[in-house]
Amino acid sequence: MAMQRREIPEFIIPVSGSQDNLLSARWGQGLQLMVFSGNGKRRYMAGEADVAVNLDKPSVVHDVRWQTDMHYPATRKLAAQSHEIFTSLQKHTSDATDGTKKPQLVKFSRRYRVAMMECLEDLRKAASDMAEDEGDQETYKDMCQLYQQLELIWNLCEILYIENLPGGVILQQLLDWVKLHFTDADTLAARIISEGEINISKDYWSAVYIYVLQGRLAEARHLLSMNPETQHDVHGAYARIDELMRRMPVFSVFSRQSLAEFDLKWRNWQEICQQLLVDGVFVSYQPLETICRILAGQQDVLDQLQDLAGDWYQIMVTKLLYTNPMVKAVDLQYHAKSCMDKFRGSSRLLPLDQILLAALEYDVTQIIKISSSNLSNWWFVAHLADLLHHAGQLETHQLDFGATMREFLLLEYASTLMARESMWQIIIEYLEHCPVFGRHHLELFVEKIPLQSEKKAYKVLKICDEKNMDDQAQSICKVMGMRALQEKRLGTALTWCLRSQDASFATYLAEKFLTEYSLNGNFSNLDLIDNLGSSMLVSDRLTFLAKYRDFHRLYEEGEFAEAGELLLSLIEANLAPKQFMLILLTDALPLLELDVVVFSSKQTSQLLMCKENLLKWYQSEEYTREILPKKSKGHVELEKEKMELLQLGLSRNLSRALLEESVRT
Amino acid sequence: MYVARNISADHKDLIHDVAFDFYGRRMATCSSDHSVQVWDINDKNEWHCTASWKTHSGSVWRVTWAHPEFGQVLASCSYDRMAAIWEEIAGSTTQSQRRQGHWIKRATLVDSRTSVTDVKFSPRCLGLKLATCSADGNVRIYEAPDLTDLTTWEIQDQIQTKLSCSCLSWNPSRLHPATIAVGSDNTNPAAGGKVQIYEHSENERKWNRTSMLMSITEAVHDIAYAPNLGRSYDVLAIATKDVVIMRFDKKDPAMIGPAPGRNTPVQLDHQGAQVWQISWNITGTILAASSDDGMVKLWKANYLDKWKCIQVLKGDGSSVAPLLMQPKEAARETRGSSLPEPSVDAGFMSSSSVESRVNLPFLHVWI
Repeated sequence: MAMQRREIPEFIIPVSGSQDNLLSARWGQGLQLMVFSGNGKRRYMAGEADVAVNLDKPSVVHDVRWQTDMHYPATRKLAAQSHEIFTSLQKHTSDATDGTKKPQLVKFSRRYRVAMMECLEDLRKAASDMAEDEGDQETYKDMCQLYQQLELIWNLCEILYIENLPGGVILQQLLDWVKLHFTDADTLAARIISEGEINISKDYWSAVYIYVLQGRLAEARHLLSMNPETQHDVHGAYARIDELMRRMPVFSVFSRQSLAEFDLKWRNWQEICQQLLVDGVFVSYQPLETICRILAGQQDVLDQLQDLAGDWYQIMVTKLLYTNPMVKAVDLQYHAKSCMDKFRGSSRLLPLDQILLAALEYDVTQIIKISSSNLSNWWFVAHLADLLHHAGQLETHQLDFGATMREFLLLEYASTLMARESMWQIIIEYLEHCPVFGRHHLELFVEKIPLQSEKKAYKVLKICDEKNMDDQAQSICKVMGMRALQEKRLGTALTWCLRSQDASFATYLAEKFLTEYSLNGNFSNLDLIDNLGSSMLVSDRLTFLAKYRDFHRLYEEGEFAEAGELLLSLIEANLAPKQFMLILLTDALPLLELDVVVFSSKQTSQLLMCKENLLKWYQSEEYTREILPKKSKGHVELEKEKMELLQLGLSRNLSRALLEESVRT
Repeated sequence: MYVARNISADHKDLIHDVAFDFYGRRMATCSSDHSVQVWDINDKNEWHCTASWKTHSGSVWRVTWAHPEFGQVLASCSYDRMAAIWEEIAGSTTQSQRRQGHWIKRATLVDSRTSVTDVKFSPRCLGLKLATCSADGNVRIYEAPDLTDLTTWEIQDQIQTKLSCSCLSWNPSRLHPATIAVGSDNTNPAAGGKVQIYEHSENERKWNRTSMLMSITEAVHDIAYAPNLGRSYDVLAIATKDVVIMRFDKKDPAMIGPAPGRNTPVQLDHQGAQVWQISWNITGTILAASSDDGMVKLWKANYLDKWKCIQVLKGDGSSVAPLLMQPKEAARETRGSSLPEPSVDAGFMSSSSVESRVNLPFLHVWI
């Protein structure tokens, strides 16, 4: 069947001056466009480069989002429920054997339908909820209609592709399908019965006819039995028709009856119906005659009852019921075509007609294609295609790209959810089940999840760990570290930095800590620094920070010898920033003042050497040009004083150490 | 189904560019009124302007966000021959600063002698790099050597393309050496191909031209590599007369040209109109293109890579009073007298949530 050419839909944006200034658009996350009027490049090209234009109204940006179907409360529930079904379906089919597979798939299909029905119910409620505003109510009504259609299509696909019973006799299921979706007769009957006294009206007979047309003879008989006329049924016409209906043979795959047996019984029964008509038994009971004509499979009666018979697909089921009850599924398409030609005539086929026809023709690709180009909803096609894929129905149909199509649809569905931030966990699971491109989409998507809180960042990181997305995890840590730094939370920044193993950032943060120390004389985030362990090795500066902190601890604990040794090695290793050298040397002062000699003569000479180096640096061009101007006069004085103190302390220590060493030898 | 929300921006002149941040939760706009505005979205999906400040002394053509790994950083470029780097810092602001939020200027890149027409940050895997291009044909690549100090930017390279540049785009692919496509708005068809592709050579430490697309002879107004999500080839969209989609095979990064088969450039029909701006969605599956006829067309490729226009967006055509075109000086005066500077709080007005909903039960999505 050729696709009909459709016009490209247009969306009009209430924007002024789009003719003169153009309309431009930028993509946001998911299906979101920022549309604005204006493009300076054109003005530039026109040679009016920087001519100012005063707008008489403030410029407007339009935030346009579409396929927001899944963003309403009712559909959000559907998205959540179907996600659950989807994931258990993926799990199930990977470890199911052929024998158990089919009944399980039918169960999954039904679960999807239950979710749809629930959604439909919620939408109906919302549509009639006065608390909703009018625009929303309209939206909900439209969505009701849409989901009704979707469920109808899904159900038919379930019968044809998932359940497809052995033998291919399908009528009973088609009858159930019609019964489930077209409930006019039930509505009518319920109203008539609730009125108490049965009033033989047009509606009464309509209800009876529809029941008969739908093959629901038990209901029809029940309704007939309530007719007061049955009380004085002198000619026995009511009894006759009741008997006929009661005895209509019904074929069921589960009965032990063979097709041939059933065929024989059926022919006998219908011959009786025809005979009764010929005999004119119901001549004076017009409605009963009509019923009998339906039972006898007379075509013209359907034309008369066209208003009640429903759409072409309902008529098809009625026709098959009373003329060809043993029809095989594969032959349905011929009946469908003829019914469509007869009852649709030349009027244009609606998308629903096309989809149902494609389903009856076993053209799966066509179902998906027409559905996705007409039904404004990726939820339906994505889940249906996935289910059909698991049922092995997507590949067999002259497609080598069945799996590609399934994946394509799942990716599209996932991207419609992206605009809704709370859906991120759901999206990840869908992407995971796309074997070809899923991983790439996942990598992109994971990075794009907004991280409003540390808690959320940890959640996303956990997922990165599970899926081995190291690059993404690292980037997330960097983003979080940078943000913490911006907010001046150094400890948090360092924690994130260590996770991402970012050496240059660690160096930067270590310096920040050191600056903080040189300004206040103490460290923040002590427990973090004390417990760095091997992670201090990320950067030299961080190692220095940790070791320097160790020195302080040793000093506080009175381990002066060890503290002195550590301090010396820190000074010698040259790990510290140049500007920090003086602080380190000054830290040696209290050790020099102790009663015991901490530094040996050799160590003292080393310290003296470092001091001299520092002095040289203070006189270097680099220092005088770049650092000196930034220091206040008082600061410079203080530094000078410290240097002198050092000189004094070191010299004194040297003599003490030499003395002590000579005594020892 | 569509939901459209109108946000009343406070720009007093045309908006030239709108840029989303990495997460799509912040937005920057720039305008001929010399200013940039930053917008943040709240939990109710409403946009609020959180900063609005004068950035340049000429029309601001483009604004762009750096990856959040580098902090909250914006770059803007302008007719005033400069590009500028802006960083948002935490802390309290004084009343006088309030309009600018916490955005402070970190650097001004003054190397260009003509209008700077485009500015783009590199993909994050290349570090913090920035490319600019200008009307005199120069493309400059800058690098911030110290990520914690954005006041210093070193020129890594300067390329003279010999054709006035209008736009550039970084190839987002990680598997590739750094690559930039540059478009020119030179209108002389004889001047050669209007798109040139440059690639950075690690060994030579310089940028080399790898190809010039000779099939593109009309002026090019915008250019954009599609995000690459696992495709084996790169896709480049070129806004010129109509839109041209080019494919580059990964194995042979050189120009494939109008070779037979699948590498033939695809022409997206805008009835021969000039296309001025293009934008890919984040998965690189839909392209929005705006053309001279005032329309925005959305193009989508199906799973067999056939392109089709799936949607048209149009203004409602209600033409307002003709715009006043005035020389710059005069305009400044009028602005002074007739349009008083808005009060401090005007820049902080919330998005007016005028919401129009259009129900299109049969939206065209195609596969």
